[in-house]
Amino acid sequence: MAKIEALHPWKEVPLGCAIPEAGNARQFKTGDWRSNFRPRTDYEKCIKCGFCWIYCPDMAYSLREDGYYDWNGNYCKGCGICARECPKEAIQMISEEQ
Amino acid sequence: MSGRKGMEVSIAVAEAVKLANADVIAAYPITPQTHIVEHLSELVADGELKAAFVPVESEHSALSAAMGAAAVGARAYTATASQGLALMHEIMFITSSIRLPLVMTVVNRALSAPINIWNDLSDIMAERDCGWIQLFAINGQEAVDLTLQAFKIAEDPRVLLPVAVNLDGFILSHVIEPVDMPEQEMVDRFLPVFKPTLRLDPDNPVTIGAFGSPDVFIEVKKQIEEALIGSQKVVAEVWKDFEKQFGRTYKPVESYKTKGAETLLVTMGSISETAMTAVDVMREKGQKVGLIHIRLWRPFPFKEFFQAIREAKVLAVVDRALSPGGPGGPVGLEIKSALFDKKEHPYVAEFVAGLGGRDLTVEVFSEMSAKAEKYAKSGKEMRYEMIGVREK
Repeated sequence: MAKIEALHPWKEVPLGCAIPEAGNARQFKTGDWRSNFRPRTDYEKCIKCGFCWIYCPDMAYSLREDGYYDWNGNYCKGCGICARECPKEAIQMISEEQ
Repeated sequence: MSGRKGMEVSIAVAEAVKLANADVIAAYPITPQTHIVEHLSELVADGELKAAFVPVESEHSALSAAMGAAAVGARAYTATASQGLALMHEIMFITSSIRLPLVMTVVNRALSAPINIWNDLSDIMAERDCGWIQLFAINGQEAVDLTLQAFKIAEDPRVLLPVAVNLDGFILSHVIEPVDMPEQEMVDRFLPVFKPTLRLDPDNPVTIGAFGSPDVFIEVKKQIEEALIGSQKVVAEVWKDFEKQFGRTYKPVESYKTKGAETLLVTMGSISETAMTAVDVMREKGQKVGLIHIRLWRPFPFKEFFQAIREAKVLAVVDRALSPGGPGGPVGLEIKSALFDKKEHPYVAEFVAGLGGRDLTVEVFSEMSAKAEKYAKSGKEMRYEMIGVREK
């Protein structure tokens, strides 16, 4: 089961279980139920188009200062959409063991 | 519109919603609730009530739209009955769980099949566990007063839960009764503008109604349960405030001629007034019979209930719904389980009666009272008896 960083006692649960803070889904680390595969980017082939970042359904990619994209294992499910959408075939799905 | 006037109760309820200055009314017509929302749509169309009237395509949407309106901080209202309430079922739980205050009139009617438009409480009893505050009116004046009170209760920052105001279909909703419509100015003093605690606001974004994993679900439910139980204190405060301003008293459990009564009829809703007449008749004959009626059904007022029945030897509980295949009807169940831990308690005879609009006359109440005493005397275990069933 995925882990949440902050678990409230019942009296401190935000009213109606609302989420008062935007983007707090990042605290909910769901990468631990990833399939046996993870993406690996070949930065030699990467053209910084951002397709991986756009298509990732779990927002597991983030933009680096140098314009390339970093992958984050805390959220990736190993679905392979990024590898399929990459126009330069710069992303490969590799098994977790590798 | 103020002063005591003869009015159809449905129209009076609509006028109460107008007095409460509802911002959004989302509704779908269904018998016997239709007159309420029909009149409200006229009030909005005529410019007498400055509100958005959302004519939705189903009751599921009616409650969803009202809930959405409450989420942006509007005073929201809807009304329904029977099948319409059943269609709202899933949204009922969501409204209370995400703590959105709104008011809904439920004009109680049997659930199909057979298709039946008449009164009983099977619609709302199927929603017993939806986490709403549930009130029952016994006459037109109460229907108006409870509607006004319901907004104040629901919107209290300590409560923030939806409130269902129940009134019996046809036998209450469609009768013309003398109703004292309060002055707008007094209502405004009693019921200030809704100030939401939690609100969808583009400048301060929040997510309402999100996912809750097993790690948080129980804590959320505990918080809602405590809010619902705690709402009884607020209900009492609102009733005190109402009494001060309008001079009419409301209690969670009302007693009628209980002094010296050995047998008590236990009722809910407008049949209570017929039952009072039955008590009068029985008292004239020297029978020690009284009545209590439960106005606040959820949260259940255990303390007040125990207080109200403390001298009784026999309770004749009148249920207008059945929990099929179970021990009886919901009210009987509630009372028997409440009394289970008491060392001494009255004998509880339970009657399921008046389903699908079968008339409950003065004679039927006298019959139930006599039967209850007979069952108590025999000391036999009695699950429940369905009253008035033709055997031949």
